[in-house]
Amino acid sequence: MTLITKGLSRRSVIKTGLAGIIATGVAPTIFTRGAYAQEFCNAPTGDTVTIGFNMPLTGAYADEGADEDRAYQLAVEHLNGGGDGGMIPTFSSKTLKGNGILGKKVVGVTGDDQTKADAARDSARRMIERDGAVMITGGSSSSVAIAVQGLCQEKGIIFMAALTHSNDTTGKDKRRYGFRHFFNAYQSGIALGPVLGEAYGKDRVAYHLTADYTWGWTQEESIKNATEALGWKTLAPVRTPVGAGDFSQYLTPVLNSGADVLILNHYGFDMVNSLTQAVQFGMRDKQANGKNFEIVVPLVSDLMAKGAGSAMQGIYGTSNWDWQLTDEASKAFTKSFGAKFGQPPSQAAHTSYVQTLLYADACERAGTFYPPEVIKALEGYEFDGLGNGPTLYRAEDHQCFKDVLVVQGKEKPANPFDLLQTVATASRESVTYDPAIFGGELGPDTAVAC
Amino acid sequence: MDLFNLPRRDWITFGLFALVVVTMPIWLTPLGASYPGLLQKFAIFAIFAIGFNILFGLTGYLSFGHAAFLGVGSYTAVWSFKLLTMDALPAIMFAVIVSGLFALVIGYLSLRRTGIYFSILTLAFAQMCYNLAYSVLTPITNGETSLQLTLQDPRVIDSALAARPEGLPSASIFGHVFDGFEGFYFCAALLLIAFFIALKIFSSPFGMMLRAIKSNQTRMNYTGFDTKPYALTAFVISGMYAGLAGALLAVTDPLAGAERMQWTASGEVVLMTILGGVGTLIGPVIGAWLIKYFENIFSAFNEQVLTRFFSFLPPEITEPVVTISSKFVGEGWHLTLGLIFVLVVVFLPGGIMEGVRRIGALFRRTTPPSAPAARPAAPTIQPAE
Repeated sequence: MTLITKGLSRRSVIKTGLAGIIATGVAPTIFTRGAYAQEFCNAPTGDTVTIGFNMPLTGAYADEGADEDRAYQLAVEHLNGGGDGGMIPTFSSKTLKGNGILGKKVVGVTGDDQTKADAARDSARRMIERDGAVMITGGSSSSVAIAVQGLCQEKGIIFMAALTHSNDTTGKDKRRYGFRHFFNAYQSGIALGPVLGEAYGKDRVAYHLTADYTWGWTQEESIKNATEALGWKTLAPVRTPVGAGDFSQYLTPVLNSGADVLILNHYGFDMVNSLTQAVQFGMRDKQANGKNFEIVVPLVSDLMAKGAGSAMQGIYGTSNWDWQLTDEASKAFTKSFGAKFGQPPSQAAHTSYVQTLLYADACERAGTFYPPEVIKALEGYEFDGLGNGPTLYRAEDHQCFKDVLVVQGKEKPANPFDLLQTVATASRESVTYDPAIFGGELGPDTAVAC
Repeated sequence: MDLFNLPRRDWITFGLFALVVVTMPIWLTPLGASYPGLLQKFAIFAIFAIGFNILFGLTGYLSFGHAAFLGVGSYTAVWSFKLLTMDALPAIMFAVIVSGLFALVIGYLSLRRTGIYFSILTLAFAQMCYNLAYSVLTPITNGETSLQLTLQDPRVIDSALAARPEGLPSASIFGHVFDGFEGFYFCAALLLIAFFIALKIFSSPFGMMLRAIKSNQTRMNYTGFDTKPYALTAFVISGMYAGLAGALLAVTDPLAGAERMQWTASGEVVLMTILGGVGTLIGPVIGAWLIKYFENIFSAFNEQVLTRFFSFLPPEITEPVVTISSKFVGEGWHLTLGLIFVLVVVFLPGGIMEGVRRIGALFRRTTPPSAPAARPAAPTIQPAE
């Protein structure tokens, strides 16, 4: 190689180099100049407003993602004046008229977050940078919610989290631009504790199998605190990877561990697999420490109950919402959803739908899409008529406070969708806690140009 | 000025490549891929694939664990952001050094074997790194939740120099914060440097040695050459490329997750290289762009987009066409990619670059006078390459 010296002359090298420098230096300004004209990122200019729906269409939580997708289709239809309006007529705020948001027609763009933080941020960036989404919503995993929430804070785009149950989402990782309607693991613990104490007694030894990420960790901690307050003992927890598929290696040691309650901190397909396998191992027919062996799944949904089938019967858990609730709003939403998709909505669908409506309403009340104003409209907002009774969006941590349902798998389902029954309701007052216990800072609400 | 001493043909390759990269925001607009997030990914994964090709394309050692170095680079960069400063340069420097050290250790152990055993060893090491990041080293890597910046991070150098800003800081270079396309041009500049280094390696005696390892390592050993240091150097260089790519991922988006190190991520770079053309300079880059395009754009197509796309067809045909094609987009993008991969491997074993060469040859045949003249020139350049 050193033999050939007949390269380009010094002059032509310098010329090419200069051209390159000029091209790299000038090009960026050409492409970003238009964007600087906006006072905030993705301000809707035409007669439409774009919302990004980012949900898992593949991965361990894909069932929930598919149901969120349906809910968003329904929400867009109702906001634009189609269908029967769902929960818009029952909503305590009467700003939504079925003419979109602030008179602009709502358009949705979708993306697959693959239940992975990296993929979710890629997908959200595409919606923000290419499609011009003014708000991002969706997600079915807390690690995804926390990752996307961080991105949205940076980009100045409001994030309305859908299914995320970790304490960290509105705790140590809370963000000014992130809002959560769903309840959290801490509230599950408060609601579930007394019911478990009554059903299984005060003298139990619990064995935790925990999904190894933020949600699993915080749920394990919350349930541990709640049950230890009853007098239960807790063995060292075992962490399992998300999407493990086969849980037999984690379940085998449980029966000889001296525990008499198995607590499954799993969700989605993971919970379906681990619960089914645990039941197949005959755990529920066993005796341990002279008591019947029991299984508890602190967070359950209709979709999981459907997946687990008969294994779910008699199992206790908590839910954010259930389609069999008898208030007007829940009935209207279930009717509307059932008419369009031929099945009742899950709690994932419910929270996704409600979050979209709440954002639309906040824009209407603020009279603008300007994020700092919309954030102010949502913070400390008290509303009703969206299926959970009176609800507060707390300003300090952007967490919603409402009643929490304690549910149990039905022994004799009347129909394929009649899977869970509500056995107790923890009042909003009882599940309200001091925001300081989880730490974290919301950060500033300054608008960001993009 | 031996550093910039390259054959004329390589300068032309480099010039064209630079032009293509710099104008990406323009020619990708009609393809719906011209937004900073994806353009940055294009540049970063091109670096990753170029680095991988230095090992696989030149020495023939197929590493199935390169994502480990990418992940190590990302984690190092994010920790540099968290502990020291938001400036991108130290983060990139540390990431390249640390991933180079990782590559040295893993390469030293794995290069004791060749062929499939080498691949399995690298795969095993990468899976070990993944599992460490996923569960064992959770305090350092934050496991599945991914390592992110927080408001409580010390950031020693930054807080010593200036008051802490409100909110989360972004990566910067000498105090200048990247926004959108600037982030892409930063990555693109590094891509061009990385490409230039690869060019130099390809045309150097060192590159010649690596090619000799690929063609017949045993013969090399019998003639008295110790090939191991050469293979190890190639392994470390390609690990550092991966570390650079990982650091840039963190610079453009300060987050590092364990799934970056998973075996699927390692397999992806193998796919990129084979799809584009093993051992060619441009091939791996094209492969990387194609796969990232599919992953980000194809996966976002849904039925509404397809219906709009096929709206020129009569309505009774549109519906079945949309139903069938919807299986290949959205969640089904893996299916399309798999089909393309099969087609390329079966009909173009040399990857897309072989297709390009064949088309080029077709044109050359139509211009007979220049063709014979060009032919004899080629062998004389050959040894220099």
